Amino acid sequence: MVRAVTSFGRSGLSDWLVQRVSGVILLAYFICIGGTLLSGVDYEGWHAMFQLTSMRIFTLLALLSLAAHAWIGMWSVSTDYLTERMLGERGNLLRLAFQIACALLIFVYVIWGIQILWG
Amino acid sequence: MKDKRPVYLDFGTIRMPITAWTSITHRITGVILFFGMAVLLWALDTSLGSAEGWNAVADCLSGVLAKLVIWGIVTALIYHSLAGIKHLVMDFGVGESMEGGVRGARLVVAGTVVLALLAGAWIW
Repeated sequence: MVRAVTSFGRSGLSDWLVQRVSGVILLAYFICIGGTLLSGVDYEGWHAMFQLTSMRIFTLLALLSLAAHAWIGMWSVSTDYLTERMLGERGNLLRLAFQIACALLIFVYVIWGIQILWG
Repeated sequence: MKDKRPVYLDFGTIRMPITAWTSITHRITGVILFFGMAVLLWALDTSLGSAEGWNAVADCLSGVLAKLVIWGIVTALIYHSLAGIKHLVMDFGVGESMEGGVRGARLVVAGTVVLALLAGAWIW
């Protein structure tokens, strides 16, 4: 019986694994960005870094990881708190509205990111 | 999953241990980061667009309010990362006992305070 039709991988175990793999990728990416900023990079260095194919691929990987990670996280939070048990009948409506808004925002982030990298 | 089972979840009367506080904070910082990502993407977009854009972001970040917003996002990122690393460590079976959980939670809070102060010093 499939109940969790809105979860990322339709399986808790799959979501659990995706959440960890994407989390490690995001951690590596933010450490890379943080290290660059701490090194006192200027505009030329910053711009040159994002011209590199490797950095663009890494950034796209981080963006796609963010999409999966954010969906699993927002799904977990919304299915725990925006529920019929917590909020009554309107909980179901609120949860659906919240999840649609999250999906849209994730879509915007991914498209925006691609536009930044290759626009 | 039986939906009809009774559930007792009155947050007003439940005394939450530190492990519960760090867990809910992990969730809250996750939600903050999800929306804060718009700010970071804006900064990335503008700073990469042109030298003027880079300077515009730098100018913007000289304001007190902007510094507070960035510090908040960075602190949320630090906390969320440390709590995430704690999860990975626990997935390997380390610190799964009650004492281990409390110790892990305290480490996450202590690590966040130290790194958040360093980040604040760097931002200002």
